[in-house]
Parts: sequence; C-alpha cells; structure tokens
Amino acid sequence: MSDLKQELKEKIIEQLNLEDVAIDEIADSDPLFGEGLGLDSIDALELIVMLDKDYGIKLADPKEGRKIFESIETMSAYIAEHRSR
Amino acid sequence: MKTQYQIERYCHIRDYQILVNGQVLFEEQAPDFKAFIKSAYKSLDMDHSKFFKMDDLSKLGFMAAELLLKNETEKEVALVFSNKASSLDTDLIHQKSIDDDDNFYPSPAVFVYTLPNICMGEISIRHKIYSENAFFIFDRFSPETLVDYTHNLLENNEAKKVLCGWIDLDHGKFDAFLYVVGENGIFAHTKEELNRLYE
Repeated sequence: MSDLKQELKEKIIEQLNLEDVAIDEIADSDPLFGEGLGLDSIDALELIVMLDKDYGIKLADPKEGRKIFESIETMSAYIAEHRSR
Repeated sequence: MKTQYQIERYCHIRDYQILVNGQVLFEEQAPDFKAFIKSAYKSLDMDHSKFFKMDDLSKLGFMAAELLLKNETEKEVALVFSNKASSLDTDLIHQKSIDDDDNFYPSPAVFVYTLPNICMGEISIRHKIYSENAFFIFDRFSPETLVDYTHNLLENNEAKKVLCGWIDLDHGKFDAFLYVVGENGIFAHTKEELNRLYE
C-alpha cells in the first residue's frame, strides 16, 4: 500500500503539473482539494482519467470521486480494492 | 477633438529573449520553449500557482501580460490579441490523445486549452479584468485591424486601456508582441509605429 501511495503522489505531481510541489510535501491524509493541494475541477477530471488509464477503474458516477479523491489515503484504498491492472 | 492614443509600454518574447520597451529583461538559450518559459518564470520571481498548468500559448501570453500589467491600477483594460496558429499547438496534442481507439484517453486539462482565447481568460483571472476581449486569427501581424478595433473600444468607452498585439506559437516557434494602449505613452498608437516596434 505504501508503494501505491508513493506512486500516486508521483503521478499526481507529474500529470497535474504541480511544478512547485515535492513528493514529501504531500502527507497521506492531506486534502487534495481546497486548502490542501489546491486541486481544481479540471484536476478532478484528470484523476478520473488516470484511474481508468492506469488502474482500469471506470467511475460510473463522477460524484463518487468526491470521496475517493479526498486524500492519497482514500485514493490508494479505493484503487487497491477495485483495480483491474 | 479626437484623442490621440499612445503606446504606454510594450513587450517582445521571441528568439529566447524577453524584452520590455526594447530592453532585455531575460534571455537564455534553452533547448525549447517549455524550458525557456519555466526558467524565465523562476528568474523573474513570478508567483502564480496555475502557471504550470497552462498550455504553451497561455504561458506565452501570461508572461507578456504579467510584465506589462503588474503595476497597472486601471481595471477597465480590454484585451485584443491576434495570431496565425490559433491554438494549433495544443489542438495537435489533443488530437494525438484521441487518434488510437484502443488507447483513447483525452486529457481534460489539455482539451480546455483547445481555443486561443483561453489565454485571455487566464490573464483576465490573474489581473481581475472583466472588460471586452477579442482574439483575431490573421496570416501575419496586422496592425491595421488592431488599431481600428482598439480605437473603437476606447472611443466608445468600452475600456480605458487596451492590452493588445500578437501572440503566436507553433511547432516550437514562439513570437509575442504585446503592448498597452491608453491616452498617455511613449509612442503614437499608429500602424506605422506598430510595424516599426514589431520588427
């Protein structure tokens, strides 16, 4: 699981172009949106594409993302349970 | 009597140099535009968290606008931009992501930049500008239309100042020439002066 968390942090920084953020600045429980990493609605869509492309997870209801993308912790738990690749 | 509008200040970004009013502010022979603009952003001590999320055309326009508007207090500034390649650079990146039916993962973050005027949106958000904007596609820098359009905006009180010019980026080549037009300035706002300054 900790490998997956590390992998997610790397992917988020790279794919969302968070140029000024270092991996060790993201705590597992930090909120990804709002006052945490400050991601926006387009970033949320990117994360949905990332789940599909990299882990074979298709979100039937984009509203599900609200809980899944709360933090690295919640994302990694969801991916570990639902991934097909 | 008709107001004689003036060019207050102007900025060129081309040939791996950034100039304001003809003075070199930054230069670096970087391997490509991305490396150049990133280096300029850091060197010029800019601070805008969304900068690295922008496409290259928006970064080019944002950089020039930032240098021209950073001390501007007037908020009724219209934006009138033009270029040749529209948003082709980003359009091609998007096209590549949807070419293969078996690997069909278009990026929402790329797609939102597949219009050239998004660049003006980024500048408007940054500088809290709510006034008129227009983005023209020309075959070359065409001050004839820009001057007429800008004077029309100013004469009809649609704006107090206008940030306008040329901002083109295509296949690694980039060329920005933006300038602020108002009632006071350093050069007359005429087609002849613009052609001279653009060169």
